[in-house]
Amino acid sequence: MSNPEQLRYSKEHEWLSPAEDGVATVGITEHAANALGDVVYVQLPDVGTTVTAGETCGELESTKSVSDLYSPVSGEVVEANQEVVDDPSLVNTAPFEGGWLFKVRVAEEPADLLSAAEYTDYAG
Amino acid sequence: MTTAPRRTALDALHRSLGATMTDFAGWDMPLRYGSERDEHTAVRTKAGLFDLSHMGEITVTGPQAADLLDHALVGNIGGVGVGRARYTMICREDGGILDDLIVYRLQEQEYMVVANASNAQVVLDALTERAAGFDAEVRDDRDAYALIAVQGPESPGILKSLTDADLDGLKYYAGLPGTVAGVPALIARTGYTGEDGFELFVEPQHAEKLWQALTEAGQGVGLIPCGLSCRDTLRLEAGMPLYGHELTTALTPFDAGLGRVVKFEKSGDFVGRAALQAAAERAETAPPRKLVGLVAEGRRVPRAGMPVVAAGEVIGEVTSGAPSPTLGKPIAMAYVDAAHAAPGTPGVGVDIRGTHEPYEVVALPFYKRQK
Repeated sequence: MSNPEQLRYSKEHEWLSPAEDGVATVGITEHAANALGDVVYVQLPDVGTTVTAGETCGELESTKSVSDLYSPVSGEVVEANQEVVDDPSLVNTAPFEGGWLFKVRVAEEPADLLSAAEYTDYAG
Repeated sequence: MTTAPRRTALDALHRSLGATMTDFAGWDMPLRYGSERDEHTAVRTKAGLFDLSHMGEITVTGPQAADLLDHALVGNIGGVGVGRARYTMICREDGGILDDLIVYRLQEQEYMVVANASNAQVVLDALTERAAGFDAEVRDDRDAYALIAVQGPESPGILKSLTDADLDGLKYYAGLPGTVAGVPALIARTGYTGEDGFELFVEPQHAEKLWQALTEAGQGVGLIPCGLSCRDTLRLEAGMPLYGHELTTALTPFDAGLGRVVKFEKSGDFVGRAALQAAAERAETAPPRKLVGLVAEGRRVPRAGMPVVAAGEVIGEVTSGAPSPTLGKPIAMAYVDAAHAAPGTPGVGVDIRGTHEPYEVVALPFYKRQK
């Protein structure tokens, strides 16, 4: 399992891409997807809503459990991935690619996000 | 007080296969090896291999073994033929279900009782206590057996390639001693998946050898190792109860819609007879809540303990729920008031974290294999 170098990571196992024109992409890590098992339902924040770093903004349901989705960053949601809503298995098969969750216009990025190496150590 | 989890004879093998392990009734068991949905589908369409060594085997022997079990359990155990198995229950004096069991009659005076892992000690204690005055011995054989199951439409072919035992003559709910891949085994045609399949009771020292042989024999036909996660969705689709969910000490077999397992016509008294007689009469006159199936119209998955609602009123409770790989929708089993238990009853929903999601009431099971 390798965590892409260019991403930053939260301790709630979300990843955040570098912002382009102020907009960053959010998803959950492969480690988190493996821990969840087969994801069957994804509830994402609505476009236009404001998310806050470290607070819940949706949920991920797997065969065995429901997990809250936390935002790793504060800002306004500008896009939600409809493909992953329609086919939640993308979270398992491509957590860093097609299984991305939402895009956010970054207002504030927490200072304590982890680098890929730090997250790899953290997730074990 | 916490004790270290117990490990089965196949523990190292599970870890080498990359299994995600989970604590189950004090045992460290494989939850899944890869995708639980793929494992579920393999059992429905090809074959799956399970380690079920956490199940509790109790051997009952002696001239009065049959009499003891007829007294201790609700079924007609003396009437089970040698080489056959019976699904039955052990109840308290007040009729509450202590556990559901499969009892195999291995010989005229020898039975093997298989209890759920979570109840093995309770069942062992109850049988030991109830054996007083009977010329029979109750033996804890939990450590004497590993249990490997091969389930799914390809399982007869896979097993046939490894044994000379007469599998064609082995009916559903029968068991016979034999040899599989050179390993002495009790071969039973039982399972908890809704598919054809076999459960193989072997000495723990032989478990790895048997597992490997079955893996190789099944390689060409799509057999994969399967964990407890898909076992749960398979049994749920098949409408099979799970102790602690559909069955509890607070319920009698009649409350669970399984009154047929209670055999009042057997001779002699048995533990719970009077209370169960009363429960049977109550079930006739004032129907209790009924165990039904629920199929989601949406995508939210109902979970055990969630309220079932109609017109804003709570009319029942979910006992098990999961996304069904076969139906492609969330399903659940639930106890609901008799007035809302008929298939197709309109206006039934489940309160999922504050939202009333609509569900269709259906008869169980959700899935039945084509024989």
